[in-house]
Amino acid sequence: MENSQLKERILSLVPEAEIVETKQYLNAIIPKEKLHFLAKSLREAEDTSFDYLFCLTGLDLMDSLEVIYHIESTKYHHCIVLKTSTTDRENPILDSVTDIWHTADYHEREVFDFFGIKFNNHPDMRKLFLDETRIEGFPFRKDYVDEINIVER
Amino acid sequence: MTEENKNSGLDKEEEYIINIGPQHPSTHGVLRLVVSLKGEIVKSVEPHCGYIHRGIEKMCEKLTYPQIIHLTDRLDYLSAHINNEAVCLCVEKALEIEVPERVKYIRAILSELTRIQSHELWWCSFGMDMGATTCYFYGLRDREKVLDIFEETCGGRMIVSYNTPGGLMNDIHPNFQKRVKEFLKHFRKKLPEYDQLLTGNVIMQERTKNIGIISREDAISYGVTGPSGRGSGFSCDVRKHHPYGIYDKVDFVEPLYKTGDTFSRYKVRMDEMWESMKIIEQLIDNIPEGDYCAKMKPVIKLPEGEYYQRVEAARGELGVYINSRGDKYPYRLKLRSPNLSNLSALNVLASGFKIADLIAIGGSLDYVIPDIDR
Repeated sequence: MENSQLKERILSLVPEAEIVETKQYLNAIIPKEKLHFLAKSLREAEDTSFDYLFCLTGLDLMDSLEVIYHIESTKYHHCIVLKTSTTDRENPILDSVTDIWHTADYHEREVFDFFGIKFNNHPDMRKLFLDETRIEGFPFRKDYVDEINIVER
Repeated sequence: MTEENKNSGLDKEEEYIINIGPQHPSTHGVLRLVVSLKGEIVKSVEPHCGYIHRGIEKMCEKLTYPQIIHLTDRLDYLSAHINNEAVCLCVEKALEIEVPERVKYIRAILSELTRIQSHELWWCSFGMDMGATTCYFYGLRDREKVLDIFEETCGGRMIVSYNTPGGLMNDIHPNFQKRVKEFLKHFRKKLPEYDQLLTGNVIMQERTKNIGIISREDAISYGVTGPSGRGSGFSCDVRKHHPYGIYDKVDFVEPLYKTGDTFSRYKVRMDEMWESMKIIEQLIDNIPEGDYCAKMKPVIKLPEGEYYQRVEAARGELGVYINSRGDKYPYRLKLRSPNLSNLSALNVLASGFKIADLIAIGGSLDYVIPDIDR
């Protein structure tokens, strides 16, 4: 599918989506309530069949916490980028996509580890890398302070 | 079953937990596996990561782009050159710089040499995992020759740091082409020995055929890429589907196997060594003259925006995501490591097989722990 067709498809599924076209990928900014629905629809529709999640990134934008999904269809080899965010820094919660792409399991745990974003319906929401007894807070957030190990220049 | 045996966990009906690692020779690094067993049969495997987590992504947020190159070597240290190339390509894409043809050729040759030496070491340790000690001597003998080529041209043997945004650090050594050709001639004779020693071995075949099966659908869903994914018939070669550098101009085959067992993952890697040699042979005599680096500003600042670059590392798809705010440092740099996704499928692969097979399955996934932990 071409980018213009994909854009139409996303807008027909989620009218409030915001589409940003960059030189590389088509970016769709989705409200967090609609992300799971859209991801599932794009995964299951025969003409889009986005079956391969190749990157899941957490990002701290200061005023909000964002998660970026890079997805591809192994059948048609078209790619798009889905983005969703939450403004709640105290208790950020998004919907898990582990039931759609199994690889999201570890990547979501990594995002929880570094950014503190919890994922609804995740089968095993624990930290992946960091030891809870030794590291407090979420190190990849921009306001994280660690006076011993991170030296400001 | 006596009452005493039941309490000591020897009751065959009961599941019990065995801990492998973090210090264990067959986990190839500091990985801890908590295995739930029923008798000899693996019920589930739960990997625990993070023993050598260094926070490379966070460190990159305080480093300039040429400095980041020296950290990406330390991810998957067996495909250091390819990791460097990924970051360089991402920076070049953001700056819209076209690197000289000469650079593309040299990068591709070195990437394929990296792939060969990585697969050679995998072959050594895979044999070792199953008790075949001789493999180690065969593999390291030939790998040494590749490392000598690296040493002469790049200065480093394993952690090369030869790429830089815009091109290469130095021009190639005058002996480079001669030595690569010598190596190819040598390795074409030696690679069939690998097959004679291990591939046809009855014990090896018994231990790998129909063991550790993952279907194509599961491989895609778990994001199992590289030779492990191709063993299940998942055509995931980034060099074919999203070509970068010179790869759209060279002729090579993407080896695919349908079974998805340990043996087909083994076969894919053996075939890939032949394909890599084929690629190098097409390029080595045709390296064009020219600069070894494009003209770059002394301070590299990426324009505001998001950039993503995918490359085919020795173990699968490596992705570099850079979010720039126009500074000389990235705002966020994410590395999609192939090994983390491959490891996530270990539970599916090993469940239902014997605990001895778990070691062979882990060897066939060929995970490198610093790349999982980053």
